Order: sequence, then structure tokens, then C-alpha cells
Amino acid sequence: MPIHYYIYQACVLFSIGVAGVLTRRNAIIIFMCIELMLNSVNLLLVAFSKLHYARAVAAGAAPTTGTEAQLFVFFIMVVAAAEVSVGLAIIVMMYRNVHNVDINFLNRLKH
Amino acid sequence: MTNFLHYAWLIPSLPLLGFLINGLLRNKLSKTVSGGIGSAVILASFLLSLYFFVQVKNGNTYTAHYFDFISVGQFSIPFAFQIDQLSSLFLLIITGVGFLIHVYSTAYMHHETAPHFARYFAYLNLFVFSMLLLVMGANYVVMFMGWEGVGLCSYLLIGYWFKNNDYNNAAKKAFVMNRIGDLGFLVAVFWMMQVFGTVDYAGVFKQLPGSIPTSAIVGITLCLFVGAMGKSAQIPLYTWLPDAMAGPTPVSALIHAATMVTAGIYMIARSNVLYALAPTTMTVVALVGLATALLAATIALRQNDIKKVLAYSTVSQLGYMFLGLGVGAFTGAVFHVMTHAFFKALLFLGAGSVIHAMHHEQDMRHYGGLKKYLPITHFTMLIGCLAIAGIPPLSGFFSKDEILIHAFAANPLYYVAGIAGALMTAFYMFRLYTMTFLGSHRGHNHDEKPHESPLAMTVPLMVLAALAVGAGFLGIPELFAHQAHLLQSFLHPIFEKGESIMASYSHHQHPSHNVEWALLAGSVGLIVIVIFFAIRKFSKFTISTGQPSKFAQLLEGKWYVDELYDAVIVKPLLRFGGFLNTVIEKSGIDKAVNGIGKFVQYSSRQMRLLQSGNVGNYVLIMVVALIIIIRIILYN
Repeated sequence: MPIHYYIYQACVLFSIGVAGVLTRRNAIIIFMCIELMLNSVNLLLVAFSKLHYARAVAAGAAPTTGTEAQLFVFFIMVVAAAEVSVGLAIIVMMYRNVHNVDINFLNRLKH
Repeated sequence: MTNFLHYAWLIPSLPLLGFLINGLLRNKLSKTVSGGIGSAVILASFLLSLYFFVQVKNGNTYTAHYFDFISVGQFSIPFAFQIDQLSSLFLLIITGVGFLIHVYSTAYMHHETAPHFARYFAYLNLFVFSMLLLVMGANYVVMFMGWEGVGLCSYLLIGYWFKNNDYNNAAKKAFVMNRIGDLGFLVAVFWMMQVFGTVDYAGVFKQLPGSIPTSAIVGITLCLFVGAMGKSAQIPLYTWLPDAMAGPTPVSALIHAATMVTAGIYMIARSNVLYALAPTTMTVVALVGLATALLAATIALRQNDIKKVLAYSTVSQLGYMFLGLGVGAFTGAVFHVMTHAFFKALLFLGAGSVIHAMHHEQDMRHYGGLKKYLPITHFTMLIGCLAIAGIPPLSGFFSKDEILIHAFAANPLYYVAGIAGALMTAFYMFRLYTMTFLGSHRGHNHDEKPHESPLAMTVPLMVLAALAVGAGFLGIPELFAHQAHLLQSFLHPIFEKGESIMASYSHHQHPSHNVEWALLAGSVGLIVIVIFFAIRKFSKFTISTGQPSKFAQLLEGKWYVDELYDAVIVKPLLRFGGFLNTVIEKSGIDKAVNGIGKFVQYSSRQMRLLQSGNVGNYVLIMVVALIIIIRIILYN
């Protein structure tokens, strides 16, 4: 499959994530949208990694060439997992306090 | 063995010590103690001065260098005292007359409460300290310190009765007028540093006459003279001195007659070498002195306040001294300073005794016939009046004659004007004498007879009277006896250089003995006539209700010089200040400052609205901003 498909796919996913963050008020849904954005980036990283690997091997380079991006994907996953655990804890605490997960509900700093 | 003159610092330190004791412990000391300390320190200074004078007379002059004030590269200003003929003479006058006046004050000020009494003596001691610093300094900077110190003490003592607002205003006036003069002095000192690279008397005079341009010397001497105008009350800065009579009478005697006001003459006499090289300045000095002598004498003719008459008389006599300096009679001017210190202090103290007896009445129209109540005061005052009028053989005759003869040699017109002033002097002094002591008593209170003052007041009067009679014999002119002018030969080392420089360009012919005899006889004759005329005119004085003539009103109004200054300088200055206050300050500076504050408040109130508290908005702004940043990065 040509690389364009992956790029388009990642762009669409990312845009959906951004739109979701901007438009939704439910904290959990915003979280999910953030995950979506992170994963669109992961997808792009893996796709380019594969592309470079194929080209480098065809040109006779070492078989480890172009695999660094895949390492980054794991990093992002780990960080995302940590972030989710903290973020969900915050949302739980928020729900306990105000019985709501609407982010616009927490605007008392303005006053 | 070190030179004993190195201990010159003791002379000013003693009055400083007296000042500290009286000033710091004024609430604890009794009147007897504070008055005693105040007088004793001056007496000690006087005895030391006497010893130093004898040393100097034996040819032992000395410059005592103590430490350096300022030392920058090649340039240094030392703190040093110079004990020579001129300064030792002034030391004697200051401490001697000062001591007598301190003693007099213990009685005159006795009605004050103890703390105020001690405050008075503290100020008086501080004054003597500053004055000693002024005359002992070996350079212009030390002199300037004393110069400022005496100005301060003069201010403090004029405003001694600080509850009276008029007195405070008089004190402020004196201070401001003096400051104007001081500025001239300061400019001269800086100029001297630039031109000569030193401010030491010895260092400056050593370079003269030399390559220094005449224009610089004229400038320096004129600036110095501005300082002298302020301190010694010459036109145009003389108006503070008559107002300074607000202070206690002994203060007027010490500061505003005998010592401080002669600081200008001392300074010019000290700088005689500089002045001799600036003929333009000499002419200015002579003319200003002459004009002041005449103007003040005319004003004195119509004053009714006994102290005001003496004040204008002082201004007038100072004018004579400047005339003497201006025509190169340095010795004559210093001689007149000395004799004037004696007879004017005597007259002021006598006036103080009269005021004391009359319960602080100063208007001569309410005196009269005091001769029989105040015999000692009357007799000593008569001597003072005769001395200032110039009747031989009293001291004023010799000193004034010396100045006038030199003026005649320089320009006969000076002499004519000088004699006119001398006649006016005789007239107003005997007007004062007659209105006070002769005729019938015109006091308000006929039940209570005036009484003679206590011994502490009359003894200084008698001593000063003796000095006023005898001091003249120190300067017997060449006309009467050969080589009898003791003062001239004593001061010769100081004025030698200046006089020789003067002689090199001026061709003043000293008048022949016959001319001199004629002038002397003529002037004395005229003065005697004027005196008898004044006595006849005022012995039957009654308070007239009629309107005085226009000219008399002009004199009584002091030529309206104060009003002129008020209209030309003070009022425009106040108006300008008002303009700065209302326009520049209120609507300019204040508005700008407040405007900045208001702008910040307004703009922050607007910016606050950006913080909506809505997370969605923040995210949106973040995304938009990121897009913009990425775009900028990618396409630049």
C-alpha cells in the first residue's frame, strides 16, 4: 500500500482528535480524543519506519536501519498509559467532588 | 622644640568647646554657669591670641598644617592655619571685642530663661569659632568654611527670638542674601583651583605676577567681591543688615558691626596681590563702596529706630572700608576695621544699654534727656559718636582720614563724596545722640525713671570707650610724625607685594603736606559745624504731627529699595513659582504620571476579559496558536 494512505489516515484521525478536544465538554471523551491523536502519530511513525527500512535494505544497508521510530512508538504508549492513569484519577476525584465531569463546570479560577 | 604657634588650633577649639557644653547641656546649666563658660572660653582664646600676637610681632609667623581635606593626584586642599600679621590682628579684634560682648550679654540677656540663655551663648561661641576659622585659615577653602559658619550663626542669632515671625523673616532674608554672595565666593574658589591649581594663599600669591591672564584675575576678584558684597552688606546686597537688627543688641554689636561684616574686607585685604593685579575690579570696589557709603548715610539721616540708625551707619562705614581697599589703602581699610570694631561695638552696646533702660523701647522719638539717668552710658556713647564722626584725636579720625587721603590721591571726586558722607555721618550720629540724651524726656512712662545698667554692661562700655579713644594712635599719619604709623609697619609684610604692584602702574601722587593739612582742617571744621548744627536742631525735638517733605519720606522709606527688590525679584519669582506649581506641576507632570497609571488600569481591565475560565477557549487558542507557529516555522 502506498505511504499516502497512511498519511491521510493519520491526518484524519488527528483532526478527529483535535475536533473532539475542541468541541466536547465531557472530560472522558476529551481524554479519548487525546488518545486518538497520540495513536495517529504512532501510526505515522510505524508507517514511515517501515518505508525507510524497506528502502535501506534494498540499498544494501544494515538490517537495523530505520527501526528507531518503532522504539518511539513504545515510548509514546508508555507515557500515554501513565498520563491516562493520572488523568483518570483526576477525573474520578472531580466526579467525587462536583458530581460532574463537564470541564466547563470547573471555572471558578476566573472569579 | 616645635614652634608653639603649631598649637594655633587651640584658639578656635576653645569657643567650639564652649558651644558644645552650652549647646548640649543647655537644659541643665544655670545662667551663671553657661554665661561664665561662654565668656571664659573666649577670654582664654583672647589670652592665647595675645600671646600669638606678641610672637608674630617678634617676627615669628607660621603656617600650621594639620591634615589634608582632599588629596587628588597633584591637587590637595590642606586643613591649615596661617598665623601672620593680618590674621593675628583680626584674632585680637574678634576675641577681644567678642569677650567684652560676651560679658555684656550675661547682663543684657538675663531675663531669658536658662535654656534659652545657654542657647544664646552656644550660638555666640559657635559664631566666634567660625569667625576664627575664617581668619585663621591658610587657604580659601578653610576661609569659606568659616564664611559659611558665620552666615549660619548670623541666621541663628537674628532669629534668636524665633516666636516673632518678623524676626524669622529677617533671619531668612539675611541668610538668602548671604547665600547669593557665597555663590560668588564659591565660583571664585573653583576658578582659582582651575587657574592656579591651588587655593593656598601662599601658593596663589607666589604665582603672581606671572603668566596668569588678567581677564581670569579680574573674573576671580569680581566673584570674590560678590561674596564680600553679601557678607559685608554692600550695594546691591546690603538690605539684610538693617533687618538683622531683629537680633539681640549684643549680637548686632558683635556680628553685624564689629566682626562678621568685616569678613569681606579681611578677604580682600588678604587677597591684596590678586586685587592689585585687577585695576578694573579695584575701581568697581571703590565705586560700590563709595555708593554704599553715601546711600546708607542718607537713609540713616531719617531713621527713628536707634538700632536702624546704627545699622545704616555700619553699612556706610563698611562702604568706606571698601573705598579704602579700592584705592589701594589696604592698611587704611584694616585700620578702619579695627577702629570701627571698637567704636561701633561701643555704640551698639551703648544703644543696648539705653534700650535696656527704656524697657525695650527702640524709637528715639520716645527718648530724650537720658543724660542724667544714664551717666556712664551717656559719656561712653558721646565718645563713640565723636570717634565715628572723626573728631581728632579719637580713633575714627585717624582711620577715616587715612582712607580719605588715599581716595584724594586716587581721584579728588572720591574725596569730595567721602567728605559728604562723613558730614552726614556726623549729622545722623549727633541727631541720635541729641535725641537720646539731651533735651527733655519724652518717655511714655513718667513714673518709672530709667536706671543705669549693671556693671557687667557698663564695664565693657568703658573698656571699649578707652579703645575707641586710644586705638587711633596706632596709625598716626606721616603728616604728624615720621614713622609713627605702627600698624602700617606691622602689616607691611602682608601688603608689601600688593602695594608694589599697585605702584608699578598707578601714578597717584600723595598730596603734599600743605594740601593734606588744608584738607584735614577743612574737613574737621565742617564736621564740627555739622555737629553743633545737629545738636541745636534736635535738642528741642518734639514729635511733630506735620507731613514730612517728599524727600524726607523717600529717606524714611529707605529709598524704597526693599520695595523695588520685592517688585523686581521677589514677586516675579513667586509668580513664576506659582506658574510652575499650577501649570507645569499640576497639569503637566501630575497628569502624565496619573495618565500612565490610568492607562495601565484600563488596559488590564480589558485584558482580564481574555481569561474566560472556559477550558474549551483555552484549548482553541492553543491550537490556533500552534498552527500559526508551525506555519511560521515551516515557511520561514
